[in-house]
Amino acid sequence: MSVNDLFKQDLKVINMGLKSFHTDLKSQGVPAIHVNWKPKAGGKKKMLDLLSKINKSN
Amino acid sequence: MLLQTTIKRNAYYDSVTLMLISRDLQKLDGVDEVLVGMGTDLNLDLARDLNLATSDFDTLTSNDLFIAARFDDTQISMQAIEDSFNELLNKSSQSDDYEDHQPPTLRSALQQMPGANLVVVSVPGQYAAAEVEDALDSGLHVMLFSDNVPVEDELRLKQKAVEKGLLMMGPDCGTAIINGVPLCFGNAVRRGKIGVVGASGTGTQEVTVQVHKLGEGLSQVIGTGGRDLKEQIGGLMMIQGFEALIADPETEVIILISKPPAPSVAQKIYQIAKTSPKPVVIDFIGGDRDDIEAVGAIPCVSLEDAAQKAVAVIRKQPAVDFTGFTLPSDQIDRIVEEALAKLKDDQNELRALFTGGTLADEAMKLLGDRYEIYSNIPLSPEMAIENLQDGRGHICLDLGEDQFTRGRPHPMIDPQTRTDYFKSHVDERTGVILVDVVLGFGSYTDPAGAVADSVHEIRQRLSTHGKDVVVIASVCGTDLDNQDLYKSVATLEAEGVIVMPSNAQAVRLTDLLLQGMKGA
Repeated sequence: MSVNDLFKQDLKVINMGLKSFHTDLKSQGVPAIHVNWKPKAGGKKKMLDLLSKINKSN
Repeated sequence: MLLQTTIKRNAYYDSVTLMLISRDLQKLDGVDEVLVGMGTDLNLDLARDLNLATSDFDTLTSNDLFIAARFDDTQISMQAIEDSFNELLNKSSQSDDYEDHQPPTLRSALQQMPGANLVVVSVPGQYAAAEVEDALDSGLHVMLFSDNVPVEDELRLKQKAVEKGLLMMGPDCGTAIINGVPLCFGNAVRRGKIGVVGASGTGTQEVTVQVHKLGEGLSQVIGTGGRDLKEQIGGLMMIQGFEALIADPETEVIILISKPPAPSVAQKIYQIAKTSPKPVVIDFIGGDRDDIEAVGAIPCVSLEDAAQKAVAVIRKQPAVDFTGFTLPSDQIDRIVEEALAKLKDDQNELRALFTGGTLADEAMKLLGDRYEIYSNIPLSPEMAIENLQDGRGHICLDLGEDQFTRGRPHPMIDPQTRTDYFKSHVDERTGVILVDVVLGFGSYTDPAGAVADSVHEIRQRLSTHGKDVVVIASVCGTDLDNQDLYKSVATLEAEGVIVMPSNAQAVRLTDLLLQGMKGA
């Protein structure tokens, strides 16, 4: 969907990170969903690289 | 004193939530130092610097939460600190909508909300690029709030976004308003015919607020992140946003805001401006106006001026430079006279304490080279704040810069950093204090109240030396913001603060006072 197509739609937001941004969107009545985000693989770089390789090969 | 750590494995909370809780726990009786955080390298280093590290730190991962505290065990126990933590955490979660199931990944979120069209990403910088890549691959537009994203990742992600015709606003993009919805640090403004593409967060906020105050509205406000117009990125998102606004039937005038771009990037922007069928107002803060005029675009002298000129174009009025004041000159003269009368002869130093980076930058550039101003964003290297001798001289600080925010929330979110600097940097030599008060989503619930409290404390402190001080503020906010512009102005004025209608006018008034001070 191009930028100009986005301008014609109602905004529907996925929020990932600071919870307060999601709370602000909900308070405005904007459809929004908050991802219960955690660093993948406990944030360990070696594991992340490995996961990324597995994802790419799939 | 006892030093103890409590660890909660696999309990992830965002950094702002935890920093605000750390601040509140610090106030408990008997607590000498406390830090709550996820076990990231950054937080572990911070804990070591605060002498809070214990032997079990080696076992922490980024998914583990730790509470590290040094406390007087005759006054408080680790259990009591942990209980307070749980209570504060519950309080901060009360506003959450627990009816919503929170999916663990972007893909599961997309299944739960088919038709989602934009993702706001504010996870720690080192994880952000992977999430943004996923979002772009799923055909979603992105606002990337996170900072500390490598420039190579930014380039790759923006190239992908351009290829797919998507927005990738950021990294370090603080504000945007898409389809009337303010995102992250956006202000509540009416919709209208003026479109903005901005590479400067609070600069964009100031322009949108001024457009609203003048009675017009915004069609779309697109952020790019501060590095977009550097050589390496080549203005990819400003160009993408600019072209989208040219094609947008709701947009009649376009404003572009940035610090001066790399010359090659400026040329690309000017080429589009030259052929734009819509009027283009450009504020490349401190940039060259001749180049802008040469392509038929409208240059500006300030952020406020950019808003005024766009509004003038909409109203088919001449777009002339606004370099003065909204108030008549005799009133300004009277304000200056009364303010100077408050000061003793040896009060001749400026303390400008900003929470908004672009507002601080604009202040430095408007005051120009007429004064020697020490700063963490100096106009020349010899005026770096580190070169200040014995604390004597004019000072202007951008308190949102990294050096002030290590382990602390940004001063727009939590006023504590500025409150501390009011205490440590305002003394009996200070004549004028200049501040910004930024309202809007994301910002602190009552920034004007926090400034007013500090001003009250300063006045009491200076009165013991038989002195007073002049405080000048501007409020970057609207009547529609939750904090309310008018209430904020009234709070400041009740404490004797002179509130000007824009950052540029607050700086100009400061300039007049500095000119009138003895030895400034």
